[in-house]
Amino acid sequence: MTRLTALDLRVAPRRRRRESAVRIAFAAAAGLTIVISAAIVLSLIGNALSFIAKVDLGALWSDGWFPRRGLYDIKTIVAGTLIIAGIAMLVAAPLGIATALYLSEYAGRRTRSILKPALELLAAIPSVVLGFFALTWISPNLIQAFTDAPLFSMASAGIAVGILVTPLVSSVAEDAMHAVPDYLREASYGLGARRRTTSVRVVVPAAVSGIVAALLLGISRAIGETMIVAIAAGATGGSLFSVNPLAPGQTMTAAMTSLAIGSDQVRGAALTFESLFFVGLLLFLMTLTLNLASEAFVRRVRRQY
Amino acid sequence: MTITEQRQAVEVRPRMTIGTREAEPVGVGDTQVVFDVQAFSAYYGSFRALKEITFQIREHQITAIIGPSGCGKSTLLRGFNRMNDLVQSAHSDGQILYHGVDLYAPDVDPVEVRRRIGMVFQKPNPFPKSIYDNVAFGPRVAGFKGDMGERVEQSLRRAALWDEVKDKLTTPGTALSGGQQQRLCIARAIAVEPDVILMDEPCSALDPVATLRIEELMHELKQNYTIVIVTHNMQQAARASDVTAFLTMGEDRAGYLVEMDSTDKIFTRPEHRLTEDYITGRFG
Amino acid sequence: MSATTSPSASDLVALRLRGGGFDWRSYVLHGAMLLAMVLALGILIVLLADVAVRALPVLTQRPIEFLTSDLSSRPARAGIAQGLEGSLLLVLFVAVLAMPIGVGAAVYLEEYARDTRVTRFVRTNIRNLAGVPAIVYGLLGLAVFVTLLGLGKILIVGGLTLAILVLPIVVITTSEALRAVPASIREAALGVGATRWEMVRSHVLPYAAPGILTGTILSLARAFGETAPLLMVGAVAGTFSAHGGLIDQLTGSYTALPTIVFNWVGQPQDEFRSLTAATIVVLVAVILLVNGTAIVLRNRYDRRW
Repeated sequence: MTRLTALDLRVAPRRRRRESAVRIAFAAAAGLTIVISAAIVLSLIGNALSFIAKVDLGALWSDGWFPRRGLYDIKTIVAGTLIIAGIAMLVAAPLGIATALYLSEYAGRRTRSILKPALELLAAIPSVVLGFFALTWISPNLIQAFTDAPLFSMASAGIAVGILVTPLVSSVAEDAMHAVPDYLREASYGLGARRRTTSVRVVVPAAVSGIVAALLLGISRAIGETMIVAIAAGATGGSLFSVNPLAPGQTMTAAMTSLAIGSDQVRGAALTFESLFFVGLLLFLMTLTLNLASEAFVRRVRRQY
Repeated sequence: MTITEQRQAVEVRPRMTIGTREAEPVGVGDTQVVFDVQAFSAYYGSFRALKEITFQIREHQITAIIGPSGCGKSTLLRGFNRMNDLVQSAHSDGQILYHGVDLYAPDVDPVEVRRRIGMVFQKPNPFPKSIYDNVAFGPRVAGFKGDMGERVEQSLRRAALWDEVKDKLTTPGTALSGGQQQRLCIARAIAVEPDVILMDEPCSALDPVATLRIEELMHELKQNYTIVIVTHNMQQAARASDVTAFLTMGEDRAGYLVEMDSTDKIFTRPEHRLTEDYITGRFG
Repeated sequence: MSATTSPSASDLVALRLRGGGFDWRSYVLHGAMLLAMVLALGILIVLLADVAVRALPVLTQRPIEFLTSDLSSRPARAGIAQGLEGSLLLVLFVAVLAMPIGVGAAVYLEEYARDTRVTRFVRTNIRNLAGVPAIVYGLLGLAVFVTLLGLGKILIVGGLTLAILVLPIVVITTSEALRAVPASIREAALGVGATRWEMVRSHVLPYAAPGILTGTILSLARAFGETAPLLMVGAVAGTFSAHGGLIDQLTGSYTALPTIVFNWVGQPQDEFRSLTAATIVVLVAVILLVNGTAIVLRNRYDRRW
């Protein structure tokens, strides 16, 4: 019988080689995600700086966003983005939070088995479809029926974006409310509160960080939304600065789309490319800030319990 | 004679027969009856957790409910303020009369019941709100329109917590120590000015010093309230209560009342063999 | 030794126990929640119904031709064959690229990496990538693949862009599936002398496979509906002539179902409305089918364990 030595306990070289090859491959995959981030940041910043260098800075604060004429009024497209995101949140915040509250505190098994899949279904619908719906149904039936707005308006796009964002807000808010421990509900009932009071005065305040996170995520998503606004908000030729929701408007994302597909060919053609990235950088910074803020609120929820 | 010989000299016979009403314990003492429990059985779905419990609880006393784990003590306690209603499958038989009114009558509102019969839980559960808002929650919900500051102060004083927190009423209740949190929960329960305070193992999550403080507090509280406490800590029951009810689990896993009498009697000269075995640690 | 209270006192108690009057606030809250539910469900139903009705002319009169014809500026001849091809190839690309890399990265983060500042940064970075608007990934594709690498506006570039977009989601869902594997399974494998990779391959991955598969399939459905990034990297939004073999398709102009929708929405003729609706029906049907399959798979395999 051979005696075992320390030598026998070493890993066989072939196994060891395979093991480290696998490890390196997986590490490379994980590292790729950093490369992607870096590439995004570098390409955005690089081209945006190039734009700033070449553009006439006065054009950044002019009457409107008309790339064809060399006018790059930022406040027009930012205003458009914010107005549409605002209208979207006016839709998504109440719908999302109300459905979340119902699912978390009130719904029985049957209602839940209908409502949750319905929300998931709504979430799966691509934004082009909602853009089509905004143009063909929301605008004529909800906006034009009551006002003298044109077919293309920020309001109709805003409502559609709100519908898009509702499932997201609902899902994150519901998770937050669900995470409130049962012993707090027990304490409330024990003091003679009914379900409404317990939900509104104990559960919602305890879940408020998560609800704020949900809303921030919703705003971020609404700001980044492209197809709905490209289809339904109009203003493909550029637009004047406007804060009237019943008028057509230009968001950052729609402006980028027009530049990319060439419907907004720019006078010095070279600038089309750079202006695209300039707006893209703005968009990226806005959504990144909102996402980081949202994560900060999610961390606050975890710390509480 | 030694205690053991004393005990052996007493003929050990069951004081009551399960299911009959002839030998029902009528509570001990001479204050008014608050709870008149009559053949109360509690079920979760088809499982019977409590079997025909019959006894009475009197005002301004501390009644302790003791017994081995799982015998239904908490279920019985929660029967008094209809907290069992929160469990879907829970239902009951028999009656619990509160000042002569059947608590489970169809037109009785559980919310109103809980405003009169308050509860303190095993693990302190203050809301993530300020100390002030914790205590004020109950009165606000009940529609109290008077001087809230005064009500909060009075409740905190009665819970022996005022001196420790009077300068930090706006700080979160969750920042207090365990023992303080539990006294906050007691203050919170007191703030709605209940008639009865139910306590479900209130000290099991606390250290011995905090436990003793709460036991002292209970003695003060019984002047104004009726206290029913569930505890698995026999020394606590012996120290702190006036009346003790001993429950145990039958072979069908349903809890039933074995014996109920003044605490002195239960712990020195119990009538029933099972009680003696439990007290002396032979089981449970 | 009085046994009970006098009748009048107990009547008083009974009266108070019966409770105050009507709690109108609970009804208001309930009403608001129900309204929210009705709106959310209602919009979904109206959307699906409206699109279906509009699509009827095309789907009933010339369904086969619609699915097999090429794009055309004449609505009576137009079909989505090229879009179907494009979408299919793009999704295949995404599956082949994003799944192995995404799973590999997740395996590294969950099974190999120690909890250091670097790994936490990588995780946060991935979470942020998941929140970046889709259009920014289009910009990345445009900057790196189309311009820098000079590949031009070909299908391979579209596939790469979508794969990068979907990668963070695959990593996150795979990570969750891996985390759900109980420690006992890992310990059992390591205890009989398996190396880390052998443990992962033979025990962890099989256990987590349903979750990983579900996550991947759902992200493929997401990629199927994306439009903005494709527009950025040059998917055709108009018409182009059909292709020959596979290589031609991969290295030539391309389109996808969502970009066809975008294009046709912008056409003024009424007949295009019906075509757009029909395309949407196909798009949504495929997405629903894929989502549904993923969920069914998950339910079926979850039961085994």
